[in-house]
Amino acid sequence: MRALASIAVVVALLAAVPLVTASNVVLNFLVVALLTALVGQGWNLLGGYGGQYSFGHAAFFGTGAYATAILQVRYGVNAWLGFAVGIAAGAAVGAIIGALSFRSGLKGSYFALVTLAFAEVLRIIASVAPITGAGVGTLIKLDLRPEALQFQSRVPFYWIILGLVAVSLVIVRMIEDSRFGAYLVALRENEDSAKALGVNTTLIKLGAMTVSAAIAAAGGCFYAQYFLFIDAGIAYGPWISIEALLAPIVGGAGTVFGPLLGALVVKTLGEATKLVAGDAPGLDLVIYGCVLILIVAFAPSGIAGLLLKARQRFAALKSLRPEQPHG
Amino acid sequence: MLSPAILVPAVLNGLMTGAVYALISLGLTLIYGVLHIINFAHGALLTAAMFTAFFAYKVLGLDPYLAAVPLTVLFFALGYALQRFVIGPAGHGDDRNILLVTLGLAIVIENALLVAFRGDTRTINLPYAFDVIAVGTAFLAVPRVIAFAVVILVALALWLFMRRTDTGKAIRAVAKEKLGAELSGIDVGHIYAVTFGLGTACVAVAACLLMPTYYVNPTTGNAFVLIAFTIVVLGGMGSVAGALVAGLFVGVVESLSGLYLGESLGQIGIFVMFILVLLFRPSGLFGERV
Repeated sequence: MRALASIAVVVALLAAVPLVTASNVVLNFLVVALLTALVGQGWNLLGGYGGQYSFGHAAFFGTGAYATAILQVRYGVNAWLGFAVGIAAGAAVGAIIGALSFRSGLKGSYFALVTLAFAEVLRIIASVAPITGAGVGTLIKLDLRPEALQFQSRVPFYWIILGLVAVSLVIVRMIEDSRFGAYLVALRENEDSAKALGVNTTLIKLGAMTVSAAIAAAGGCFYAQYFLFIDAGIAYGPWISIEALLAPIVGGAGTVFGPLLGALVVKTLGEATKLVAGDAPGLDLVIYGCVLILIVAFAPSGIAGLLLKARQRFAALKSLRPEQPHG
Repeated sequence: MLSPAILVPAVLNGLMTGAVYALISLGLTLIYGVLHIINFAHGALLTAAMFTAFFAYKVLGLDPYLAAVPLTVLFFALGYALQRFVIGPAGHGDDRNILLVTLGLAIVIENALLVAFRGDTRTINLPYAFDVIAVGTAFLAVPRVIAFAVVILVALALWLFMRRTDTGKAIRAVAKEKLGAELSGIDVGHIYAVTFGLGTACVAVAACLLMPTYYVNPTTGNAFVLIAFTIVVLGGMGSVAGALVAGLFVGVVESLSGLYLGESLGQIGIFVMFILVLLFRPSGLFGERV
């Protein structure tokens, strides 16, 4: 229970933001940051805890987004149902890619490559297939009713994405405390040893990838509902694969709050860049790339790792102090 | 549809395109063979080299084929510096970290180019760009024939370098047995950087060969490098000969599938092949077990 208390506090604090400010700029910023945190949490489960670095989480994000949009636009399915199906579809894609790659024993660079390739294949298919609207993209009709999962103000959207992030935090926390989570960390540290101890590593990785994909897909579903437009470059584009891994790595991969922390920091940096240098396309990504290199170089455990180190140093200082008079 | 009058030119053109693919892949596979990392910045470096060749022509009036010489030196130095001062120190010798650093470099280079030059597509007009020579029933574009010849020369030079020079021998030693090489006094950090420089130099030559007939924009390199990934895996990661053969092969496959399936589907064909090879034969068609 104590493990979940910290999540409750953080989520409650964030939930109170709309009560303090009605600024659309602030809310929009937080919605986008929380979206990154959500997709990043998906990546974190597989990459941070499992050590399987995916460079193609766009495959799941995009599948969720397209499923939600296409079901509504082409088949008249209710948006809430479409959202749920979108998550399931993303999970299914994750399970398929995972089954194929883990069965073939792909890991490290190879796994990164194959996930990247799958995302690219889906992007190319989506940019030519008629059902996705090909090059034109898919526009969800404006229909500002809660039944259609669209709202007049940004506040309900904010609470929905916050709710999704809260669920993802709880899921990851529970996995962390479970046997499944322990196996996952064990195979990250040393896959051969884990296997030798009887862990079915293929199955564990597959499970992690499916949940990871479902979380990323939820982000895609939300994106489609919030912006009401997607095309191949948005849904399956490399930007989302990059943000998905950047947030947890900056915040602290393999920690529950890493993706949320990282997303807030990264998005704040992105906005600050825009304020200082104007809205040149690509400039925020230049900053992100530099941040990625700097973090890997100087703080491989992310901000969470830095905080932990600072706290340990502080504790060490404190425990030293009373002994000094005697010495 | 299968008449030789169509097939032969398609195959020949495929071989010409494949040669440039092979050169890009050569750089990638060299780096993988020695450093055991996939350089995700390879495509961005190719784009950067193409932009350099573009401006060398626009500003200095330097023909791309002549620009190849200074560009090779420049990009060798760039690659050397990147490995020595960025990738090496930032990676801490951990594969996952190195992957992330090369990805970070790719993001920085590609988007810095986007910021500097916008998304505009640029081309250069050379008087000989549309010249053709007839080979039997086929007409081949002169720039492609030149490209093919240069690639063969570069591959030969690289092979000689690896066999005959001390540095080449050191590179092969490090690729085979890093610790042993280090114990016999080889500076592994230096050799890593030289290898990365050589890989990047390959990309500079490829950029100069592409520029007369191809366009450049900040994402141009990505299309090539995904094909190069396919080739490197197909040829067996780290195998130079494999990369050459697989490069030519992929060029022909692309040319033929473009002929029968259309351009965009032809592109998917490459990716599907890539994924199938990765899944079922990750050691490649010619490589040893992973």
